[in-house]
Amino acid sequence: MADKQEGRPQKATIILHSGDMDKVYSALIIGNGALAMGMDVAIYFTFWGLQRLKKGALEKGPLSKMHFLGLGKWMVKQRMKKANVASLERLMRDFKEMGGRVLACDMTMEIMGIRREDLHTEWIDDYCAVGTYIAEARDSDITLFI
Amino acid sequence: MAVITVDCRGETCPVPLVETRKALRKAAPGDIIEVIGTHPSSKKEIPLAVQALNLTILEIREEGDVWTIRIQR
Repeated sequence: MADKQEGRPQKATIILHSGDMDKVYSALIIGNGALAMGMDVAIYFTFWGLQRLKKGALEKGPLSKMHFLGLGKWMVKQRMKKANVASLERLMRDFKEMGGRVLACDMTMEIMGIRREDLHTEWIDDYCAVGTYIAEARDSDITLFI
Repeated sequence: MAVITVDCRGETCPVPLVETRKALRKAAPGDIIEVIGTHPSSKKEIPLAVQALNLTILEIREEGDVWTIRIQR
């Protein structure tokens, strides 16, 4: 359905290395925008980004700047609420509903002692490593490292 | 053929775009999707998405801050 001209849809591959709240927003907003505009999208969650796939952790990241022990994040959250910005939970739900793929870095899981049962496995399409990212990225029209 | 209304008034980026896409995915060919919103950039970007999906914009209307975009699935 999403075909751009003939053949396969265009593709975006995003690495989410950061677990900061604002950067998780960037990844999911760009991912959802690309899906909405007919692209195939995969987000590869690694390192601090992978922490956000733990149960109950999606909204838990600090601000990348001006976190101020949580006060800055609280203030930004208030402003976002006022501007009616969607929650990360909602963005993730929409991402999955539109066919977005979530890839989890298995090396990070090993380093950080994260087990599959610690993660939102219902979001995750595959557990993989750099080879999968390269295979995805090499035929992508957009690739980003966040 | 059905007319499906998506009310995104008061919603901001990326919700109007995402809700439009979700409605288009669910619609049958021939259905009309009517998106109502207030987010200024989405008024420009929803037509870009419609174009990328090879679908047709039937109408873009504006009354004050509220815009309505009609799309043929």
